Parts: sequence; C-alpha cells; structure tokens
Amino acid sequence: MSENLPKGKYYERFDAYSRFLHLLIITSFISLAITGMIIKFSGVGIFQFLSDMLGGYAVTGFIHRFAAVITFIYFALHIFYLIRKKKQKKISFTYFFKGENSLVPNKKDLEELWQTTKWFVGKAPRPQYGRWTYWEKFDYWAVFWGVAVIGFSGLLLWFPEFFTSIGLPGWLINVATIIHSDEALLAVGFIFTYHFFNTHFRPDKFPIDTVIFTGKVHIDELKEDRPREYEQIMQNEELLEKFGDAPSPLLVKVARIFGFTALAIGISLVILIIYSMIFLYQ
Amino acid sequence: MKRFLLFLLLSSAVLAQSKDDQICLDCHGDKTLTTNRNGKEFSLFVNGKSFASSVHEEVSCTGCHSDVDPSNLPHNEKLEKVNCATCHEQPVQHYERSLHGQAYKKGKSLAPTCATCHGKHDILSSKNTKARTYVMNIPSLCGQCHKDGTPVSGLSTVSERKVLNEYSESIHGEGLFKRGLIVTAVCTSCHTSHDILPHENQFSSINRNNIVKTCLQCHRQIETVHQKVINGKLWENQPHKIPVCIECHAPHKVRRVFYTDSYPDDMCMKCHSNKDLYKVVDGKKVSLFVNLTEFKGSVHTVNSCVKCHTNVNQAKNPVCKTSGKVDCSICHQSQVEDYNISIHGQKHYGGDKSAPYCVDCHSSHNVQSKKAVNSPTFARNVPELCGKCHREGKNIGMAIDEHDKGIVASYKESIHGKGLLQSGLMVTATCVDCHSSHKELPFKDPRSTVNRNNISATCAQCHLGIYEKFKVSIHSSEVNKTDKKLPVCNDCHFSHEINRVDQKDFRQDIIQKCGKCHEDVTETYFDTFHGKVTKLGSAGAAKCYDCHGSHEILPAGNPKSMLSRKNIIETCRTCHPNSNRKFVGYLTHATHHDKERYPVLFYTFWAMVSLLTGTFLFFGVHTLLWFPRALKERKRLRAKIKESEESHE
Repeated sequence: MSENLPKGKYYERFDAYSRFLHLLIITSFISLAITGMIIKFSGVGIFQFLSDMLGGYAVTGFIHRFAAVITFIYFALHIFYLIRKKKQKKISFTYFFKGENSLVPNKKDLEELWQTTKWFVGKAPRPQYGRWTYWEKFDYWAVFWGVAVIGFSGLLLWFPEFFTSIGLPGWLINVATIIHSDEALLAVGFIFTYHFFNTHFRPDKFPIDTVIFTGKVHIDELKEDRPREYEQIMQNEELLEKFGDAPSPLLVKVARIFGFTALAIGISLVILIIYSMIFLYQ
Repeated sequence: MKRFLLFLLLSSAVLAQSKDDQICLDCHGDKTLTTNRNGKEFSLFVNGKSFASSVHEEVSCTGCHSDVDPSNLPHNEKLEKVNCATCHEQPVQHYERSLHGQAYKKGKSLAPTCATCHGKHDILSSKNTKARTYVMNIPSLCGQCHKDGTPVSGLSTVSERKVLNEYSESIHGEGLFKRGLIVTAVCTSCHTSHDILPHENQFSSINRNNIVKTCLQCHRQIETVHQKVINGKLWENQPHKIPVCIECHAPHKVRRVFYTDSYPDDMCMKCHSNKDLYKVVDGKKVSLFVNLTEFKGSVHTVNSCVKCHTNVNQAKNPVCKTSGKVDCSICHQSQVEDYNISIHGQKHYGGDKSAPYCVDCHSSHNVQSKKAVNSPTFARNVPELCGKCHREGKNIGMAIDEHDKGIVASYKESIHGKGLLQSGLMVTATCVDCHSSHKELPFKDPRSTVNRNNISATCAQCHLGIYEKFKVSIHSSEVNKTDKKLPVCNDCHFSHEINRVDQKDFRQDIIQKCGKCHEDVTETYFDTFHGKVTKLGSAGAAKCYDCHGSHEILPAGNPKSMLSRKNIIETCRTCHPNSNRKFVGYLTHATHHDKERYPVLFYTFWAMVSLLTGTFLFFGVHTLLWFPRALKERKRLRAKIKESEESHE
C-alpha cells in the first residue's frame, strides 16, 4: 500500500476521449448491424418489415454507408489517440507493445487463460487480472481486425467500379461480399452475445456495467475485479490522482438508459438473426 | 366507197338470181298481183331487188316454198306456210316454247311470228346495219309492241309497261343511243332473241337463278367489284343465298344507283311500323316492330329491307311470311364464317340460348358502324359490350374468371384499359383486338388467337417491333428447337392485368416470371446484391431483363447478346457508368455452394464459417464454464459485502 491515500472511492478507468470513442462505436456498430443484417437476410419478412420501417432500402443503404464513415473516423481517432499518448508519455515501443498495460497479447494472457479455466472448474483461485484481461484484449483486437477486414471489403463493395478499374478482378467483389457479410455476422454475433455476457451479463456485473459511459469504477470493485491493476495503481502516485468522487447520479441514469437501449437492440438483433438462420436453412 | 359497194351488191344480186327465181318473179314481180284472204285483198308482190339483197338470196324461192314446183305452174293458190325450222331448227324450237310462240299457238292475234321481226323476202343479216334485228334497231323492233300505248302494253299479263322509255334512259340505253356502243345490252341480250320466257320460268334467262349468268355474259369481272358482297362464287353457285343483280339494279332502269322497286321498303313498313305487331315463337311473343327512325340512322340505311330479308316470296301472304332469320353472310361472309367457328357460334348452334348471335352485339335494325362513337362495337364500348356476359356475377364470367378481380375490372386497370378509358386512346387493345371480333375461341383451342402458339402473332398486330425482336430471341421457337415450354407474351405480361413495364410491380414480378423456368439462376440471383435489394423492394436494382434483355434475349455466348464479351461492359454501364472489363467479371449469379464452378467463393465461405464456428465454440465453452462459477462468486461477494457492512455497524 502506498502512503498516499486515494482522494475518493472512484477510480477513472477510461478517459473522456476513450468513452467518446466507445459511444461512436456503439452507435455506428448498431446502425451497421441493423442495416447490414437487413440486406443479409433480405429474404426474411421481419427484416423486410424492418427495412420498410426505416424508410426502405435506399435509407438503410445510406445509414449503412454513413455509419461506415463514422467507423473509419473512430478508427482513425483511436490511432491518433495511441500516437499522441505514446508521444505525451514518452512511452518506448518496447513498453508500448510489451508493457504491463499493453493491449498486445502476451505470455501472461495464456497463463491467465489456463488459470481461468482451472478457476472455472474449481481447481484454482480467480486469477489476479490486470488492466486488460485476455478476453478484453480479444475484444479489442476483434474490433481492430474487424474494422480493417469489414472496412476494406465494404469499400470494395461500395466502390466496385473504382477497385476493378485499378486492376482488381470482378470476382473479388463476390469474395468481398462473403467476407464482409460473414465477418460482420461474426462481429455482430460476438459482440451482442459474448461481449455482452463478459462485460454486462456475467452474474457479478449483471445487468450492466456502466464504467464505459461514466468512466469510473468503485475501488472495491476494482480491487475485487483486477487485483493486479489495483496493486499497480496503489503504487503509482500519478495513477492515484485518478481517484475521485462518484459519478453524478444523472450521468449514471443516462448511462443506464443508453446502455440498456443498446443492449436491448443488440439482443433483439441476435434473436432475429438466429430466427432468420433457422428460417433460411430449414 | 359506199356507192361502189352498193353497186357491187346490187349487180351481183341481180346476176346471181337463178333462173327458177326469175320464173317466180315473172308473176310475183308484178306489183298488182293480189289474192283474197279472209275477204281482204292481200298483195302477192315480191320485190326481186330486195330479195336479191337479202340473206336468203342464195336460197331459191322453192328453198322455202317447197310445195311449189317451178316446172308445173301455176302452183296451188294456197301455199303452205313457210317452215323456217327446215334451216333454223333451234331458233324455231326456242320460239315455239317462248312467250311469243305460246301466244301464237293459242291464236293470239298480237303474237309475233318469225316474220314479224325478221321480215319475209327482205330478211337481212342481224349484222347488217339496215336489218331490223341489228343491235341498234332491236329496242325499236321490240318496242313496236312493247312500248307505251301499244295494244301489247295494254295487256294485263305484261307487267313492264314503259319498257322502252325506261330502257332508253338506262345505262344500257344510254350506251346504245347516246354513245353508239353496239356492245351494250339490248332487249335480246337479256331476254334472248327467241327463247323469251317469263321470269317465273326456271329456264328463263331472267329467272332469279339465271339472271346472274345472263348479266355475267357481259359483266364478267363484276365479282371483283362486288367482292365485299359475295366474296367468292356465291352468285353463281348459291344464288338463292344472296341478292341477285336485278334486286339492286332494276331490270329496265339499270343505273348506277340502287333501286327500291320490287319490294319497296314502304311496303314492308305498312305492317312493320305497327308497334303491336308480333309473332309467336315457342309460345313467346316476339315483336316484329321495326323502328324506322332508328333504321334510317343505322349503317344499313342504304339497304332496302329485302336486301337482308331475302327469302320474301310473292307467292306468300304476306310476302315475308316464314322468310326466316336474316343470313348476314350474304354480305358479311367472312365474318359469319368466323362466327360459325367461334365458341359463340358453336354454342349458339348447339342450342345455348345465352350464346350471342350477330344481333346481340350489333343489334338488328339499328346496326352502327364500329366507328360510330355510340355504337356498342366502338372501341371504347367494347369492354362493356363483352362485359354484358363476361363479368363477375354473370355465369360466363364466373366460369372463366382467371384472376381475382374478374376480367372487365382487371382489364380496366391494365395498361390497355387505362389507355382506352383514361387516356382516351382508341388504338389501344380492347377485347376484340386479342380475341378477334368474330372468331373468339378458348385459349386451349389451337385456332384461337390467344392460343400459346398464336398469341405472339396476335400481340404483333400492334407490337410488331417487339415481335420482330422476340422472333430472333432464344425464347422463339424458330430459334430454340427444344422440347421445353418456351415463353410467350402473356407468360410475362398478364393478359387482362397487363401492366406498364416501368412500374414497380412489374419489375418486382418479373423475377417470379423468369423464375418459373429459370429456377436455379433466380435463386443465385437472390444471393447477390441485385437480388437482395430487390427483395427489399428496390425497383431500381437490376432485374433479369436489365442485363439479359427482354424480348431480344439471347444466350451470353451469342455475340449479339447483351451479355456477350463485346456488349457486357455497355450493358453494365446503364447503371454503373464506370463499368470496365474487370468490373464485368463480377459474378451476378454466384453461389458459394457450388464447389465446381466457384471454388474461390466456396473456400472463402467455408473459411469464414470455420472462423465463426471456432470463435463461437471457444467462447461458448468459455461462457458456459464461467456462468456457474460467476454465480458462486456473486454469492461469495454478497456475503463479503454483508460481512463488511455488519462490521461497520
């Protein structure tokens, strides 16, 4: 324990920039998911109905492309954020990629995965998770990879005439269609089930964890959830500065309303997708 | 020249006179030679000169007066009557059975003999302009008896009283007298010279059954002029079916105008203007009233009653009794023949009372031209006319109601119906344009205009340009020799509900229509972007015919095809302005289920599926294990919180 005591009971886990980016991700991702699934399952009545509700294929097409632009924007903003942070804090490349708080998976993650599995079956205590657990790193890289893959294949589908005019073969558009569509299905399916469970629906967080909106986590919760990070904070004066008061009740309320809405949309969409896939392949 | 000829004629005649004849003339050349017959002085003078110039000049006196022996004179005072039949057998035979001959036999004093017309010793050839029987002289020859005021014209048995006057005013008389046409018809041309018989006689040249043949002697090509009327050989073969020449062209007044004489309409209207006039058919009263005002306004107004009601008969009272149904084929032969073939005709003749007959569509006396705006057969009125029977609620309408709205209602909403009734286009197709006006047959009948095999030609009546394109397309049976059923117009364009092709409904439906036969490619179409947005209701996204073409559709291998290597970039360019060679390599009917044809797509798809399955499986297990553990953890945490709260207290 450090001699310096925290100034409040709440630790700011996410800065405003990151929270804003996640807001962008949520809104654009949900928009892309709905309008994308409408065309993926265009033969299914409920999606046709959804399309009509939103104003028809032309409107959903516009929303999809608009949300795609948002996606490219938040992707760029995130890269910019990393570069700025690295410069500001004068972090070395080694630390950036291999340090304690790096999002790059490392050996420790594998160990934690193994330990977690043992914990699941009752053969070991809960691992001492740090700032980023292995499944959170997976989430991060899934989005990173997803935006790149779905983004590029999407651009191909958006501007087929341009990409073929610079020499790409026509059949690549067909390939792009499959990749775009199935990678999207993976992303939507993953985010709206496992990400939701891992982050919000797991019994110790149920029904929602608002930390990504408020940015603040209670010290006890942090201590319980990420003992290794907690230790790390307690030994770092700079980080102790990040303790403060509880988020305002209004912010929590807004966060919960927004969060539940997003969760409800996501869950509904997953149900519709499962229904459609059974319907299509029966 | 004339004088010379005359001299030659006279001198030769004189020279030629035989010795025997000279002997006869020794006595009969005396102008004072007379005898007494029935108490009247009768000249026995024979003009030797005129005999010598007659056609009989070569025949000696005894050639005709065979009971005179020149070597044994004087001969008997009472000679036998000359028998012309010795030489002129047939003319005399005809004469004997003719009106003239019969009258003579009965001893009628007015009856003409051979000599009445031909003369006695001065008989000239009918080719001789001086002859009484020369064509120019025939009217006056016949007119000697058959002109107004003569004893013959006073006879009650002679119906035509002003024959000569009327003839001279007729086109024939005008030709003869005013224009000097010796080929024009004179009395004998129609009545014959010797075989003059009353028209009631079946052998008479002017009998109803023979008159056409008589007129056709000169008017050989008249059938071509009257093609619309008779269209064929009806006049010669079935003269009873149609009006004959004289029913329109009065015999002696022949002009270029119709006549109303023999059975004038006034005669008919004497009875038929009575509104209460009726006949009884099968115990039902049928009105026989004819609305003359209506008839005058009809397209048949130029016709006399008997032109349609041909079976009137002078022997009956009234003349129209049992004249029967009008046979419209008299004039409208082809239409009636079509009708007889049609389902209407078949049912009508089969005894179906609900089947329409000519008058049910055209009405009887108030027949209007199909160009008359108020006519039931005017284009705009046709749907309602046919709809009298072919409509929901009517038996017939129910029986063949193929779609849910009914034929007339569907038609009115179709492009044709809208064109006709809303845009006011009279050239748009109505019922009869497709089904024909008289030869309507069910579409299953191979003769039907709407039969699968004929429908293209039927539509081609208006849409010829389309038909010409279709004929060379892969869908045409002329190009595609296949056992499979090829599409025809109404497979894609519904018959009564036919739509505008640029409207959303049609563009959406076409896939179902093409898909009826091209099931596999339709399915794969829906796997690609075009198909997917189409399912979402995009009318703009490319449909089958936007790429393949519609009527001119050809297999992609054909250089003329819209999808051939040569044309495909242009074809895609209609929607994708920057279409290029690589761009058209997009697989519009691609499916990732076909490993053989699309291996890249197949493996991409399965790689993606593996990625998905792997990820979901991993996290599925992860979550399933986590959940029970997290529940326990929750309990532990709660207990811990409780504990700390209690310790605080």
